[in-house]
Formats: sequence, C-alpha cells, structure tokens
Amino acid sequence: MIQPAVIRKQRLILSLLLLLTAVTIGIGMGIGYSSLSYDRLIPTLFGQGTFKEEFVLFSVRLPRMVVTLMAGMALALSGAILQGITRNALADPGIVGINAGAGVAIALFFLFFPVKADSFVYALPLVAFLGALLTACLIYFFSYSKKTGLHPNRLILTGIGFSMALSGLMIVLISSAERTKVDFIAKWLAGTIWGSDWPFIWALLPWLAILIPFALYKSHTLNLLTLHEPVAIGIGVSVEKERIILLVTAVALAASAVSVTGGVAFIGLMAPHIAKALVGPRNQLLIPVAILLGGWLLLFADTVGRQLAAPDGIPAGIMVALIGAPYFIRLLLQKK
Amino acid sequence: MVKEDIRSIPLIYKLLAGLLFLLAAFVIAMLFGAAETTLSDVWMAITSFATGDKISLIRDLRLPREIAAIFVGSALAIAGAVMQGMTRNPLADPGLLGLTAGAQAALAIALALLPTAHYFALMLACMIGAAVGAILVFGISAITRGGFSALRIVLAGVAVSSLLYAIAEGVGLAFKISKDVSMWTAGGLIGTTWGQLQVIVPCIVGGILLSLLLSKQLTILSLSEEVAVGLGQKTTRIKILLFLVIILLTGASVALIGNMTFVGLMVPHIVRAIVGTDYRSIIPMSALVGASFMLMADTLGRTLNAPYETPIAAIIAIMGLPFFLFVVRRGGRILS
Repeated sequence: MIQPAVIRKQRLILSLLLLLTAVTIGIGMGIGYSSLSYDRLIPTLFGQGTFKEEFVLFSVRLPRMVVTLMAGMALALSGAILQGITRNALADPGIVGINAGAGVAIALFFLFFPVKADSFVYALPLVAFLGALLTACLIYFFSYSKKTGLHPNRLILTGIGFSMALSGLMIVLISSAERTKVDFIAKWLAGTIWGSDWPFIWALLPWLAILIPFALYKSHTLNLLTLHEPVAIGIGVSVEKERIILLVTAVALAASAVSVTGGVAFIGLMAPHIAKALVGPRNQLLIPVAILLGGWLLLFADTVGRQLAAPDGIPAGIMVALIGAPYFIRLLLQKK
Repeated sequence: MVKEDIRSIPLIYKLLAGLLFLLAAFVIAMLFGAAETTLSDVWMAITSFATGDKISLIRDLRLPREIAAIFVGSALAIAGAVMQGMTRNPLADPGLLGLTAGAQAALAIALALLPTAHYFALMLACMIGAAVGAILVFGISAITRGGFSALRIVLAGVAVSSLLYAIAEGVGLAFKISKDVSMWTAGGLIGTTWGQLQVIVPCIVGGILLSLLLSKQLTILSLSEEVAVGLGQKTTRIKILLFLVIILLTGASVALIGNMTFVGLMVPHIVRAIVGTDYRSIIPMSALVGASFMLMADTLGRTLNAPYETPIAAIIAIMGLPFFLFVVRRGGRILS
C-alpha cells in the first residue's frame, strides 16, 4: 500500500521535471555555435524558417538533444537497476566497467570491420551490448564465490579493476589504428555526444521502448531483491534468475546509451540517488523520476559543455564527471 | 614447503639474483627494438666514444629510455610498497589512489598557465598535484567512519581520479593544449632525453634513499598503529616523511612517463612472496623487480607491433588486471 500523499508528491516531481526538461530544450535550441535567435524559433519549428535556420534546428540541434536525453534516461535506469541488484548504493555502469566493455567492443568493431554507413549505426548498440554483456559476465564470475554468494563490495572492486584494464586495452587499440580513427575513439573516450543525427535516434529508440516498460514491470521484483537475500528467497523470488534478467537489462540499457554518447559515467549514480531522496526507495515511484532526472542531467551537462570552449565544446562526459565525482565523494562521506 | 625454502635463503643472495635479473632485462631491452643492434654495438656505445649510426642510436635513444624505465619502475614499485605498508591496504597503488590523476591535472594547469615553463617546474607541478590527489583520497577515507577500509579507499581513489582527470581534460580542451597534455601523459617512455633524466633521476634517487632509511620504521608501522606507538615511534613524523617519499617518487615518475597504474600494486605483492613482510627487504627488492618489470614491459611495447609503439601503460594495465582480481579475491576478509 503506497500512501496517496507519496504518489501525489511523485506526480508533482515528475511534472516539474518534464517542465524543466522542456525549458532546457527550449534554451538549448537557441544557443550554440551558429546563431538562431529565440524569436525565430517558433516560426522555424512550424516550417517557416529559412533553409539555414531549419538546418541548424532540425539537423544539428534537435537530434543532438533528443539523443542526449534518451542516453541520459537509459544510463539512469541502468544505474537504478544495478544499485538494486547489487545492494550497493555506489554502483554505476561507468564505475563498474560496463561502459568500458562496451567501448572496447565498439573500438574493435570500428577498427576491424569495414564501415558501411547505413547499417553501421544500427549495429552499434548491438555490438556495444555484446561487449558489455561479456564484461558483465566476467565481473559477475570473478566476484561470485560459492560460499558467500554475490559480494556487493567485491563486485564493485572487480568492476573497477576491469574498467582500468579495459581502458588500457582501448589505448592499445588506438595506438594500432589509423590517425582518423584514433580521433574518433579519443573523442568517444572523453564522452562526446557524437551520434547526433536522426538515424542514431532510430537506433536507440527500440532499446528504450522495450527496456523501460520492462524495467517498470519488474520494479516490484527489484524491490524484493534489494532486501536481504534470505528474505527475498523466503518470499518466493527466484533470486538468481531475476538477478540475471535484471542485470542483462541494465547492461543493455547502458550499452545502448554508451554506443552513441561515449564514456559517460556518474549519471547512473546520481539520478537514482537524487530520485531516492525525493520519493523514497520504492522502485515503482523511483524509476520514472530517476529516468527523467538522468535525461535532464545529461542534457543540461551537454548544453552547458557546448557553450564552453567553442567550437567543439567540452565533452558531456567531462562535464558530468565534474559534477558527478564530487557527488560521489559526498556519498562516500555519508555512508557508514 | 617450497615457500619456506625460498624464505630461508639469505637476503643478499636474493638481491644478487634480482640484480642479475635486472641486468639480463637491461641487455635484452638494449638489443631488441625496431632497429636491430648487436651486443658489440651496445658495448661500444656504453664504454667507448666511437661513433656510428647504430651506436648513436643506442646512446641517444635507447639508453636514456631504458635508464628511465629502470628508475621509474623502481620508483613506482617503492611508492606502491610504501603506500601498502603505511595504509595497511593491499590495494594501494599510486595510480589507483589518485596520485597520478592529481599530477596530470596539475600538469595540464601548469602547461596552460606557463606554456614556456622549464622541465623542472613541470616536475614540481606534478609533485604538488600528486600531493593534492593523495591528500584528497586519504582525507576522504580518513573522515569517513569506516576509516581506511580497502574498499572505501579505492572508491575514494576512483572518485578523486575521475574528478582530476576531468579537470585535466577540461583544462586541456579549454586552453587548446590537449595535444600537449596527452603527449606528456600518454607518451610513456618515448623520446626520453638525457636532459630530462638529469632532472628526474636525482629526485628518484633521493626518494629511494629516504625510503631505505625509513624502512625499519615502515615495518613497525605496517604492523599496527598501536604497536608503532607502543614501541615509541613518533608515528605522525614518520608518516609525513613517508608521504614525502611517495610524492617525490610518484611526482617524478609521472613527469617522465605519465599515467601508470598497477606497477605499484603488483611488484610489492610479488616481492612479498619472495622476501617476506619486512620492509627492509621489501623495499630494495621492489626496486630491483620494479625496474626489471618496467624494462620488460617497455621491450614488449617496442617489439609487439614494431615499428609502431604499443603504449606501455596499456600493456601494464592489462597485465595488472589478473593481479588486481587475485588480491581482491584473496582479501575478501578485509574488504567487507
């Protein structure tokens, strides 16, 4: 039984977040390297702008913002699930090495398979998913012990080790590549939103359209998994099976996001935390808030980053780390 | 009991064996590479004033580089050993605990503000940065109620590192010097000159001597804080001196080769298996093993994909992962 007051509060927060996102998009549409003044926005949106205005808005700025928003949502949801199943408040796809696994797979794909522009975009999330899944399996395998089961702390430590080694592998791959490809991978590592075109949105959309409802459907199971293992088993949850299903979901979400944004960490850490502070630990309520919050955070970071150091801007990954790392430190200080 | 047999051999023989090993690694490193050289070339280059293509190649390119590998390898290994002893944490490593990230951030800032700075000034900046990184990480884990638990300190290291790396990259992009910064930090041992060695080597030698002087105190401190106090040790003073050793060694190493994780983690663990837990033996042995290890890794990097170089940091990161996992698995007790 969820108290109506809590539900009302969640609705209010959700609508506020939607409003905030809309305002950020509105502001973001008007600022950037190429000028497009605010009073021209509305006419351009309704198809009455000049060619240049339409090009800037529909082919450059809007797709980038939509991709950023979607990637942020996916990362936030992935983080929320990971924090639930590992029972560790510090889990994040970037910190535990899932992003790095996806990155290595993308780098390999990019370097060794001839690039066909049209199918390439759609294959990317899949390749990233395979790489991330393999990494997640290895991390799970190495942190699982027969005696004590899945040890949350050991999982995080193992993940940190993997993320360092895989970043090293990325550098080996970069150093063996041609110069033009190197630039791409280097940008990818820093977390530049590079997939800012409509095909990337279509490539990302199915993953979100399937996985977000699925995660919401599973949110009750996730609540139970957050409890002590014996309790969850006692209630009748088949812990191992549910945990693996949810882990695969989280990996798929993170990988699909990372395939277009590059190495962005900390969104999956911050968004669920802030959401938890706002609406409490119930996943039914928490997940929607976390998703919107994550999307907005990444969008905000990218919009601000675009303005600094023109014309290329500061990659969103770096902007997020500048906000996220101090947040992470604060969490460390609070935790007993 | 093979282990007991190894431990019963007098230390002097072990050190001699280590020295022989180092010599062998040095000769191999001098012989192999993109250009083939013979033993007599190497001998001529070191002992005589003869000139010639190969001889000057050895004298001006390979020799300074391998000398740098020797000093940096021993410096990082000793820094790792000292950190592990001081914090009684098996996962301590200058790369994992934010020192290299701090040095890199300081380097980026120094390059941005004083583009014409002398090499010595940049090295000082690296040391200050390493100190800031270390103080942040140690500070955070000291304030937290869990104290210096292995997990907490590694997590704090990850958080502080990602913040400092983000600052380094952000500064690099904002001042359009990211190429220069990455030349420094990802360059490894490429292009080491005699001039650089003249600045760096005295620092490292000083750090090594200081660490040898303090090794007895370090052994006592590594037992437990209470024992050290009970035996009349001025723990605060010793800790500050040891901290100085770490900063000297790490700062100088980062100034020369950039990022390097896992050397400081691996070498002391290998050495402990050979010489036991007394830091009077661990520190000299770590220096020898660390130097040989770095020489071998560098030879591998130069020959793996000749004539192109594979970055040494990447090779070591990949080699370090199994080790890291091993320590995490074995140390299950201290991690929870």
